[in-house]
Amino acid sequence: MKKTRKILSLILGLLIIAAAAAGCGKKEELPAGPAEPAAVEMPEAPPAEPAAPVESEKPAEPEQTPAEEKGVLLMATTTSTDDTGLLDYLKPIFLADTGWDLQWDAVGTGEALKMGENGDVAVVLVHAKASEEEFIAGGYGVERFPVMYNDFIVAGPAQPIAHTDNIEAVFSRIIKEQLPFVSRGDDSGTDKKEKQIWKKLALDPAQDPEYVESGQGMGATLTMADEMKAYCLTDRGTYLKMKKDATVPLELEIVCEGDANLLNQYGVIAVNPDKYPDINNVGANDFIDWICSEKVQQLIGEFGVEEYGQALFVPNAGTDS
Amino acid sequence: MNAIEQWINETFSNVGVLSSIQVTFQMAVCSTAISALLGIPLGLLLEKHQFPGKRIVVRVNRTLMGVPPVVIGLLVYMLLMRRGPLGAFRWLFTIKGMVLAQTLIITPIICGMVYSYAVRTAPAIRNFAVTMGASPMQTNRLMLREMKNEIYFAILSGFGRSISEVGAVMLVGGNIKGNTRTMTTAISLLKSQGIFTEGVALGLILLLMAFLLQCLADFFRKEEISVEND
Repeated sequence: MKKTRKILSLILGLLIIAAAAAGCGKKEELPAGPAEPAAVEMPEAPPAEPAAPVESEKPAEPEQTPAEEKGVLLMATTTSTDDTGLLDYLKPIFLADTGWDLQWDAVGTGEALKMGENGDVAVVLVHAKASEEEFIAGGYGVERFPVMYNDFIVAGPAQPIAHTDNIEAVFSRIIKEQLPFVSRGDDSGTDKKEKQIWKKLALDPAQDPEYVESGQGMGATLTMADEMKAYCLTDRGTYLKMKKDATVPLELEIVCEGDANLLNQYGVIAVNPDKYPDINNVGANDFIDWICSEKVQQLIGEFGVEEYGQALFVPNAGTDS
Repeated sequence: MNAIEQWINETFSNVGVLSSIQVTFQMAVCSTAISALLGIPLGLLLEKHQFPGKRIVVRVNRTLMGVPPVVIGLLVYMLLMRRGPLGAFRWLFTIKGMVLAQTLIITPIICGMVYSYAVRTAPAIRNFAVTMGASPMQTNRLMLREMKNEIYFAILSGFGRSISEVGAVMLVGGNIKGNTRTMTTAISLLKSQGIFTEGVALGLILLLMAFLLQCLADFFRKEEISVEND
């Protein structure tokens, strides 16, 4: 008995050591693997490869040789830019163009701005114009640049409300017939937009006992609305992505779209380096110039067309939005 | 009570703090009670009976003691969702659903703790009872009395886990304001709004209430012990 136990513990110990060694080995391999052949032949080969397609697309621009790596640029942004996959799509191109490794925390607009206020990030990409202007007025941001917009839709069961482009008709009917509605209630850009619309239409959602607040992100709230057969205000991108990718497919339909009240403008702001001198302001400015450039604006306009049949964002940098 | 209510409404922003406190304790008390009713007998039975595969069962139990609550949350969510096997109950986004998830998380903890105490103490107690000629019923009662402190501690651990849990109650409860929002999911929401101070304050209230509850439990326990000594 004692002997078998000894052997067993020995085997266990060996396993742990083997696992640790394998883990270390991988770590060593990762940088070593691709570097080895390159180091023998020509050291500049590997960075040139990822940039190549970009280069061939726009051969006219002179400064298209891959930028040398400069470090990490931290950004706070809203869940919608992350949930839709837009940032994953832009990140490698940004790295190749400018050399900055963009990393982001996708949270609600309220928290994103708070992270900027605390100097935790160098740049914010959010969508709540009034709060953004307040952020700058408070001295936390330098200047706001419009980047793009997407639109909100009302998603919900196709019955009893039929598809329309009139938000007032939909919202007043929800109140009148006391239909279930899931609000995010998390002070995010989408939540603010929803509250704004209720207010503008002079309706009080508190009169609807079926109106609930989820306090969660867009994806979770959509799933809840789907479960509860409820209506909810969502950005189009998250809705399309969930409709396509969720394990349990969303049954929610678009009930209302196209109303002028449903537009959603994104702005990018560099956090004020006067307040936080050690913040990565150079990277932030590089990002703003880059995302507002004609080339990237075009890329944003193309994003999602192939996968969802429609663009998720409409670029509009340089406008007055 | 009104003064407290007023103070809370003035101090916290509009996330439904008062009802979240109520929901938290309602849920924690229910799930701890159910888990105790299941976990204590299971732990004792597991110690008492020998059967093939018992070591595996004990090992699985120990593994489940550390199961990530969010995994249980996901499983219970899939079980309870409209198109899930138990969708007809309509338990998703209700306190009942949250209690179910928490029971699955806490029962292995209580069961495992009771088992490991019983393994250490039960054989001696049983020997003693046999020597004294006690009936099986009397033996069981004696065992419960001897292990009272340990069982109490196991229940307390379960309760602590229950009020502090956030992943499963967020998924299954849905964090609906005034309905299934608990103190922990309210804190998580406050954080997502960037309102850190109120989150910390709510956390302190949570700790304070756990502390008071423990004082209360200790008070009753002492009384019981002194009654016994008389």
